Amino acid sequence: MVLRLQVIHTTFLHGVNRNRNALIFMEKRTLDNAKKGRYITILGLPQGMVKVQMIRLGISEGDRIFCLERLPGGTVVIQKNRQEIAMGYELARQILISEDL
Amino acid sequence: MRTEATGIKVDPKNLLQNPVQGSTLIERKRVVLVGNPNVGKSCVFNYLSGAYVDVSNFPGTTVALSSGNYKEYEIIDTPGIYGVSSFNDEERVARDVIIEADIIINVVNSLHLERDLFLTKQLIEMGKKVTIVLNFTDEVKRKKIKIDSARLSALFGVEVIETSAVNKSGFEKLPEAIKKARTGFVSGEITGRLNQHIINNHGRGLALLVAEGDEEVSAKYGFECGSADDREAIYIERRKTVNEIIAEVEYEDSSKGRFFNLLGSLSLNPVTGLPILAVVLVILYYLIGDVVAQQVVGYTEDVLGKQYFEFYTKSFVSEVSAVDINVTELDAEGNTGGSREFSFKEGFRYDPMLKESFDKAVSNKDTQVDFNFKNPIVKLFFGEFGVFSMTITYLLFLLLPLVMAFYLVMAILEDSGYLPRLATMMDRSLSRVGLNGRAVIPILLGFGCVTMATITTRILGSEREKTIATAILQFVIPCSAQLAVIAVLAATAGPQAMLVYAAVIVTMMITVSTVLHKILPGQSTPLLIDLPMMRIPRIDNILKKTWHRSIGFMKEASVWFFIGALGVGLMEITGLLKVFTDFLTPITVNWLKLPAEASVAFVMGTVRRDFGAAGLFNLALTPMQVAVSLIVITLFVPCIASFMVMLKERGWKEGFTIWVSAWVIAFLVGGLTALVVI
Repeated sequence: MVLRLQVIHTTFLHGVNRNRNALIFMEKRTLDNAKKGRYITILGLPQGMVKVQMIRLGISEGDRIFCLERLPGGTVVIQKNRQEIAMGYELARQILISEDL
Repeated sequence: MRTEATGIKVDPKNLLQNPVQGSTLIERKRVVLVGNPNVGKSCVFNYLSGAYVDVSNFPGTTVALSSGNYKEYEIIDTPGIYGVSSFNDEERVARDVIIEADIIINVVNSLHLERDLFLTKQLIEMGKKVTIVLNFTDEVKRKKIKIDSARLSALFGVEVIETSAVNKSGFEKLPEAIKKARTGFVSGEITGRLNQHIINNHGRGLALLVAEGDEEVSAKYGFECGSADDREAIYIERRKTVNEIIAEVEYEDSSKGRFFNLLGSLSLNPVTGLPILAVVLVILYYLIGDVVAQQVVGYTEDVLGKQYFEFYTKSFVSEVSAVDINVTELDAEGNTGGSREFSFKEGFRYDPMLKESFDKAVSNKDTQVDFNFKNPIVKLFFGEFGVFSMTITYLLFLLLPLVMAFYLVMAILEDSGYLPRLATMMDRSLSRVGLNGRAVIPILLGFGCVTMATITTRILGSEREKTIATAILQFVIPCSAQLAVIAVLAATAGPQAMLVYAAVIVTMMITVSTVLHKILPGQSTPLLIDLPMMRIPRIDNILKKTWHRSIGFMKEASVWFFIGALGVGLMEITGLLKVFTDFLTPITVNWLKLPAEASVAFVMGTVRRDFGAAGLFNLALTPMQVAVSLIVITLFVPCIASFMVMLKERGWKEGFTIWVSAWVIAFLVGGLTALVVI
């Protein structure tokens, strides 16, 4: 499933019809390939402890957040208002997002 | 916690099991300070409790709990938490104290309402009398943010006061705030989820935790706890309410909602972050490696420890104990000159003449005095490696300064907000070996003291990560005591030897961790960490943290150093140590191609890691032999204290596996290197 997402992602980057492909993405992209400096919307958090901890820190499904930094190796730093949170690649790729255009 | 009224020591862990006893013992009302990390809670605590503070390290954790008195109240400061539950040690400690609290002062960072008010709401839902302290209000104003605290108070149903930790404004309202603490609004939706029976018998706090599926608390009381879905539903409901409240009370004047935290961003950016990291590491190296490990420890260990403490202790014992004393003169460079032996057949007391000439010989400060006690029991306790001589010098005059230096640096990194960013930067490298960025803390501490670092592996998220981190620490990280000696030896052996040594150790570090990552079952937890704003840390907080952590460590670990020294001492007396050395000698000579005496250095390394390296000083080794022997002493077993702590933390099976593998790997890799380079 992850592999397939990557493929769609690549299609998006090189795609001619940007808007039409973007619609596909709105449902399927994950946070590990969010772009630095862009706003994104959280569509789905993984179940369990991670979700609970994210909710505590102020991030829940439907929230609009900012991708502050992407480090080599996939570690992502996101920001919601003044709250900055860093998360590892393994976690980021379980979080479904849509990128605001 | 100690209460002034009763003077009875209350174990905070028992409070939960025994709530009735907890409340009858304490006549004072218990005011508990609760808040997220980095909200300025300790400023409020210092203001209220003044100088009379009692800090207890929570049993089985490195978490400290401070308590003090203010008027008729007992004030307790809890560790920073994001919510009340049982996710980690900090939360467990805070949870037990919160359940027993009469009044809660909830300190909130006004810049992080979304994060902080989640805890606030939970505290109110626990049915506690709460007052909210909005801290950092001056910074809020500076950033052109408005918070309507009257509206906040109306929406939560509790008192709200505004303070600023920087210029201490608003703190005068705290006494009034304690008095005005009251229970806030709880929605029917939440109340409906609580078990009425638990509320009646144990209070709403416990009922809420049970409903939220807190397995630990529920198991203690034998209640059936809510499911993970229940917890999620409650959390989502709470988050929704908090977001609605924030939408009503917070206004941002600046059109852009982003707060620009320049230093914070720079330290995370791959381009600027690495140079910043390099600068931080160089400063750390200078501060710890040079100032503390060389200069401070040089003085405390050699002068305070050996010249004063050990000399006078041993002299005192020599009053009545048979002893041969060797007095060696030292010149200005520390080279040994002429020596003289004093043989007291029955101790100083029975040979005053000889004592007098001995006193004369040692009156010159530039002498090295070696006591050789005849009685094996006296030797065990006061000899060169004695339990009361060497171990105390080691603990107080070598380890304590180093441990304090490391905890000081950790506190500065932590309070400045750099530590979580460092963890973020290191996340990539560490995740390759099955750890996450958080593991940078124990690994960094390992360069100070492997024993201290092994205890710190508790902060890691899974057993798997704890095992990997412990193995890395025990196998390849040289502690500062050893590092100092290694540096000197490697420097004399020249750049080629140094290169061989460094290459082998780095290769081993990568190999050991990668192999463990591949073969250990299960999954490691990914990084999820809150990045607080970068700021200048408060010096009093840093000193307090450093002090309590150092003392906490010494209290917990000292006993293992004593037991270790006793064990090795007994092995020496019974001849087991000799058997061990003899067993290693052929391997040392034939396989490692080192002189037979090197095996003694290896065995001594099990007592104190630096002894292993120090024992190599007097051997005539070629540069490549130095490289091989340094590889062996770095890779092989850790000192006996860290071995004991590892057994305690990781269990017998795992501890012994790591210990035995360390021996095998050290000699295997050392021998293979010898095959190539010697």
